Amino acid sequence: MKKTIITVVGKDTVGIIARVCTYLAENHINILDISQTIVQGYFNMMMVVDTADSSKRHGDMADELEKLGEGIGVIIKCQKEEIFDQMHRI
Amino acid sequence: MINIYEVVETNNMIEKENLDVRTITLGISLLDCIDSDLSALEKKIYDKICSAAGDLVKTGEYISREFGIPIVNKRISVTPIALVGGAACKTTQDFARIARTLDRAACEVGVNFIGGYSALVSKGMTPADELLIRSIPQALSTTERVCSSVNLGSTRTGINMDAVRLMGEIIRQTAECTKEQDSLGCAKLVVFCNAPDDNPFMAGAFHGVTEADKIINVGVSGPGVVKTALEKVRGESFEVLCETIKKTAFKVTRVGQLVAQEASRLLNVPFGIVDLSLAPTPAIGDSVADILCEIGLEYAGAPGTTAALALLNDQVKKGGVMASSYVGGLSGAFIPVSEDQGMIDAVTVGALTLEKLEAMTCVCSVGLDMIAVPGDTKATTISGIIADEMAIGMVNQKTTAVRLIPVIGKGVGESVEFGGLLGHAPIMPVNGFSCDNFVNRTGRIPAPIHSFKN
Repeated sequence: MKKTIITVVGKDTVGIIARVCTYLAENHINILDISQTIVQGYFNMMMVVDTADSSKRHGDMADELEKLGEGIGVIIKCQKEEIFDQMHRI
Repeated sequence: MINIYEVVETNNMIEKENLDVRTITLGISLLDCIDSDLSALEKKIYDKICSAAGDLVKTGEYISREFGIPIVNKRISVTPIALVGGAACKTTQDFARIARTLDRAACEVGVNFIGGYSALVSKGMTPADELLIRSIPQALSTTERVCSSVNLGSTRTGINMDAVRLMGEIIRQTAECTKEQDSLGCAKLVVFCNAPDDNPFMAGAFHGVTEADKIINVGVSGPGVVKTALEKVRGESFEVLCETIKKTAFKVTRVGQLVAQEASRLLNVPFGIVDLSLAPTPAIGDSVADILCEIGLEYAGAPGTTAALALLNDQVKKGGVMASSYVGGLSGAFIPVSEDQGMIDAVTVGALTLEKLEAMTCVCSVGLDMIAVPGDTKATTISGIIADEMAIGMVNQKTTAVRLIPVIGKGVGESVEFGGLLGHAPIMPVNGFSCDNFVNRTGRIPAPIHSFKN
């Protein structure tokens, strides 16, 4: 399993999750967990995904999701899970 | 599993609080390049750097993309050139040729600085050491990316006062040679006491002779993260304050450790150390002085500053050591003046003086750093300031350094702009009383009594 964290931050609007999920499905990326919250008035969504079956390289996936985000007016970031694990788990 | 609040916290640190990895520095030994023929030596140095560091910048960018964390600088440190060039260089011009070779290699592989135009002369100078030191003004004025450092003393050996006297003159000459750019050459020249072999930060990085052929050292940063964390505990006790700094330093250092391991794996170069320094930049919110203010001072330099900095430095180390398997380099809080907007403000309002900065260097991780002084400051005065700082390092068994910039043609009340990470600085007054007769004595200051530990 190769876990990646996708975060979406921006103004809430219809279809954000749908579009991100469509992209992930097309690229054989499995969603393990989704959670969302409102922080300081902004819509925050986090997805934990498994990219083990995807042929996409991390950099390309990050670029394409970033572009997809620009299209719907939100910021999408794509980071390997280790940075969060290292920082928040001993 | 990681939860959304932890993810948001990390990303806020990166996006709003300037958390970044300040540098991945690849240390390269040049000992196997030694040759008595200068042209052959230059070719070997160029080839080794280009082959060892060819993928460094690309790898840094790849890791940055993977984890979504900025890696600001990719740099190289090499074996002190006085050792490498000794057999081939008979004049200062010969040494300066090596500096230009290093510059070309740095340019070719795309790193912004290459450190190691250095000499280690804490007890005495070989003819090669002295030639290299005398070539520094020429080397730094004819190159763009080369950084130079000289180790002038240590707790074990005492202070080489002949070299201290010489460096006062060399700093002045370097300032003269680069006066068209506000004496910028001096920003790339630092003198040390107890210089570490594995420091990833410029201008003082060099690849010590105790190191392996190649090594990855990583410097983290994050003053803004500490400042933001402390905003939430205003008015709380020292215990809470210290605990907060420690926890934050832990988180910041973990990122450095992760990046270091990943860089080591991708480049197939052993991981050396993480330097867990709080390194400020001129960007707003990326200031060590602002942390001191958050701890409770009106400005850095106010009474209490040394105590606050001692506390900060110690807690950063305590939090950091648990986060990394190997901690090294300078590790602590840096207090450069021109690179820290809070320090600049403190100098401008008159809260911070050179003497207070000297006191602060007794408890921080480095020394008098990036301080612009009047262009007419005498060489002996610069040597006197260096000697004071070396003495602090020698007696306290810690690294201390001096990076002063006598800005030719400018005086107190004026300011100087270096640009980029080097920032800008108001010119600070220097005590004008003479120390000529002290500095002009020859020889060295013996090692202190507590150095005899065998």
